[in-house]
Amino acid sequence: MPVELLNVIEVMLNGLMAGIMYSLVALGFVLIYKASGIFNYAQGVMALFAALTLVGFQTGQVPFAHLINVIFGTHIEYWSDGLNTFVAIILTIIVMVILAYLVERFLLRHLVNTEPIILFMATIGLAYFMEGLGDLMWGANIKALNVGIPSGGSFWWEDVTKTWAPAEADYYGMYIDVLDVWAAVIAILLVVSLTLFSQYTKTGRALRAVADDHQAALTLGISLRTIWVIVWSIAGFVALVAGIMWGSKSGVQFSLSLIALKALPVLILGGFTSIPGAIIGGLIIGVGEKLFEYWIGPLIGGATENWFAYVLALVFLMFRPQGLFGEKIIERV
Amino acid sequence: MDAQRTFGEPILEVKNISLAFGGVKALTDISFDILKGEVRAIIGPNGAGKSSMLNVINGFYHPQQGEIWFDGQKRQNLKPFQIAKQGIARTFQNIALFKGMSTLDNLMTGRYIHMHSNIFSQALWWGKAEREELQHRQRVEEIIDFLEIQSIRKTPVGRLPYGLQKRVELGRALAAESKLLLLDEPMAGMNLEEKEDMCRFILDANDQFDTTIALIEHDMGVVMDLSDRVVVLDYGRKLADGSPDEVRNNQAVVDAYLGVSHA
Repeated sequence: MPVELLNVIEVMLNGLMAGIMYSLVALGFVLIYKASGIFNYAQGVMALFAALTLVGFQTGQVPFAHLINVIFGTHIEYWSDGLNTFVAIILTIIVMVILAYLVERFLLRHLVNTEPIILFMATIGLAYFMEGLGDLMWGANIKALNVGIPSGGSFWWEDVTKTWAPAEADYYGMYIDVLDVWAAVIAILLVVSLTLFSQYTKTGRALRAVADDHQAALTLGISLRTIWVIVWSIAGFVALVAGIMWGSKSGVQFSLSLIALKALPVLILGGFTSIPGAIIGGLIIGVGEKLFEYWIGPLIGGATENWFAYVLALVFLMFRPQGLFGEKIIERV
Repeated sequence: MDAQRTFGEPILEVKNISLAFGGVKALTDISFDILKGEVRAIIGPNGAGKSSMLNVINGFYHPQQGEIWFDGQKRQNLKPFQIAKQGIARTFQNIALFKGMSTLDNLMTGRYIHMHSNIFSQALWWGKAEREELQHRQRVEEIIDFLEIQSIRKTPVGRLPYGLQKRVELGRALAAESKLLLLDEPMAGMNLEEKEDMCRFILDANDQFDTTIALIEHDMGVVMDLSDRVVVLDYGRKLADGSPDEVRNNQAVVDAYLGVSHA
């Protein structure tokens, strides 16, 4: 294979891996949107909050340490050397479930049957509230997150791909981050298990039922509140997975909440209501922006990754506003 | 139909129900009962309050006055999903199926109140969740056979023709195995053949599954054939109550509703 082709393949592979990361965030959006018609702006912050909480448990941080120290004049920061990663993950999941309950109890319950825009505004408020809460609980500094997923370039893949190039070419092989590969595997597992859950369990069917028709679901004995708590819990769990992946890659920091914005073009491509759409949309955006940067970037001064996804989404909106996999919008006249 | 059908005690008693939306009175002082095992029709001209009555029974609306007794007990103000759990299922005038889901999944969702495995068991699909899934699947297959919809088991219901959607909706309500089944215009918009099929299913459901049925229907022929007793509403008030023959011969009903000439 010519080196040029190998380079393109490498760029595409890295694009796919980046795309998986976008998909993970987009997935959380889709879950909540499907079940309750709410565009949850706070999904990105939920990922940040989950990652912060996980690091906090892992390292044995005292929650609200800063606040406690200011009020009582103490100097506590850590209560132990930290917890085992597995225990920390379980505790974080419990925190996310509690959060889901609180969101339902104090936010959704009071906003039932209001305009979608009002619910959307409420989630913007929620996003900033949670950002502040995360800051207050665990501190604002950048934290390293290590849950034991291997990372760094794969030498094996480098060696394999080196042999693909012509012998005389000066080619070192392809770079791929093992962490990204793990992220891909985990994302696939997550999607498969969520799909199975929604197909073959009573709660899964109830989730789909509520997404389809609130009133009919009620007449079958399905409590909307319970379903909302479950959906937000699952979205919290997905946020945790996304938070772990992004946090392992680039540290747990507040810019992590901004990845939520990259999920927007992903959703426009994939459709707001489709789980496979979120995955495919993420992949298209990931590959698209990396290839664009590789080919067109040098011609127009680079840094195209900042805007490419949004422009692609804009073009998409003109031709297929419901997204690739979204339900077709048919207006009765 | 048997000439002489006998029924048990009332499954539902509606006592002096009044319902108003602001200044608009939808129902005024309505009382009637539904006996275990019977097919009870609620009829009346458009805007008579039939659908409001059904919505009161299944808890979408809460009446300002009056009492509802269900299965021998006075009912408190419950939410619709709690009432469903007590054993009242319903269908809608404008079909309210889960359109993206298959016929099978729609009916399985109908089994919701009878499934009790916890979420962890479901998440792992292990133990009770698995057993329950198979056991209820069997029950649902029986209903599918009963309604003769085997061929559309896996079809997303949004793609089905109207008449079949109505049938699936009946199936979903039957799957709930409720003590009382409310049908809001089960035959609206159907052609003659579909109506005959639906009539047969309703009568068979009443007979084979021992389901007590209350239905709203516009087609008078259907009402007279199907029902054991009929209550007639007009302008939110009860006009008449009795057997189809009694109602048919009631002059007030004829004037208000049937609108036939007095020849």
